[in-house]
Amino acid sequence: MSTVLELTAVSKTFKMHLQGGIRLPVVSGVAFGVEAGECAVLAGPSGAGKSSILKMIFGTYRCDAGSIVVRHGGDAVDVATAEPRQILELRRNSLGYVSQFLRAVPRVAAIDVVAEPLVIAGVARKQARQKAADLLSRLNIPERLWPLPPATFSGGEQQRVNIARGFVSDLPLLLLDEPTASLDAGNRAVVVDLVSEKKRCGAAVVAIVHDEDVRTAIADTVVDVTRFTATAPGVS
Amino acid sequence: MTQRDADRPLLVAEGLSKWYGKQIGCRDVSFALYPGEVIAVVGESGSGKSTLLQLLCSQIESSSGRVLYRMRDGVTRDLAALGEAERRFLLRTDWGYVHQDPTCGLRMTVSAGANVGERLMALGWRNYGHIRRTAGDWLGRVEIDDARIDDAPTTYSGGMRQRLQIARNLVTQPRLVFMDEPTGGLDVSVQARLLDLLRGLVAELSLAAVIVTHDLAVARLLSHRTMVMKNGAVVETGLTDQVLEDPREAYTQLLVSSVLPP
Repeated sequence: MSTVLELTAVSKTFKMHLQGGIRLPVVSGVAFGVEAGECAVLAGPSGAGKSSILKMIFGTYRCDAGSIVVRHGGDAVDVATAEPRQILELRRNSLGYVSQFLRAVPRVAAIDVVAEPLVIAGVARKQARQKAADLLSRLNIPERLWPLPPATFSGGEQQRVNIARGFVSDLPLLLLDEPTASLDAGNRAVVVDLVSEKKRCGAAVVAIVHDEDVRTAIADTVVDVTRFTATAPGVS
Repeated sequence: MTQRDADRPLLVAEGLSKWYGKQIGCRDVSFALYPGEVIAVVGESGSGKSTLLQLLCSQIESSSGRVLYRMRDGVTRDLAALGEAERRFLLRTDWGYVHQDPTCGLRMTVSAGANVGERLMALGWRNYGHIRRTAGDWLGRVEIDDARIDDAPTTYSGGMRQRLQIARNLVTQPRLVFMDEPTGGLDVSVQARLLDLLRGLVAELSLAAVIVTHDLAVARLLSHRTMVMKNGAVVETGLTDQVLEDPREAYTQLLVSSVLPP
């Protein structure tokens, strides 16, 4: 097996300038790796730093220390020190992220919201839309909604559009932040299937899931984030 | 575009500064912009972002520093060393400039079709039928009804004028577009439509762009990277999602936290 993601001694502290420069340590000494075809679930109570770790891997949060090495084709990129351009390139070809909420773009049809990552990666629009349509069907979004912008959809529908968007590309590393939070049992099962398929295709997955059944179904390893939770705030 | 092309910067600013007498306009700004990359310059009024934009497209002369641009022939030139004719040619063809006020970027007394066609004629197009067809095609792409092609922009609404200005700029297939508050002064609903249109066009045409805006939502929607300016200097720079979700500097934290949630 080959390592797709390796975190070493990663730490993160927020410094709040508007609150008198208070420092809020989030995590420190984060270390774990994920192999191809494997799913690591981050576990720990709310506030333990799970989402922060995912956001650091994606490059949305800066990493104060340590390294976050992601395999990128034949290369490896350390997200902690990479240039913005390298991170953008990584996101196009190697690294996907399904956030908790869909960031709706006004006026763009649901099917195009889903197809967009493929189009950006250079796939022909028709082919991208076909793949988007397959996913939307599997996630039980009725076809009459596909041409509509998702801004007016229900919470669960928006989340399913978001999941479809995250799963549409075949990226070697996928980050999932509570993908099943507002889904019914039927759709949770679809997400479990989708994750299993990704793993069979050799993708590595890092997920945050609170639902016990989903966790049992997808996790190969469970990373206890409380080991890394930083607790002592201080003022600099 | 070859891989090598994409890996070479299109525009490079090196230590750009501008003084207005004793007043600083823009202080020691350096960055590189690559093909297809969109960078947002954010900050409040007086932060120097418009001065920077004008320096980049050589509308004003810098006090120190320089701007390099990779021309269509692949040769990177110092813009200050270009002749006036060469610079004008760049502005008319390889660059676009979208003004906040469309009346600055349009000729208000000639027809919409002529506004778009004029840029093609600057490229040497002479066939009237061909120019008119292409202009009509571009009006369609910015969602202006073909029936309005012979009307002057004085008869257009604010949002239509801005869309027409965009068509006029993009018809020559520029590689780089400068935008100064492109959605400023428009109603919110009109803004959303314009942003969405711009977002689609920028991606479809792999345009590189420098967008000056005080609206963080515009930066979020359109740009890959963001530079935050204050008192003429860049205080923070990074991926747009990084700057907005994990702002590091006090000023950026203030900007981000000052946005009212809808």
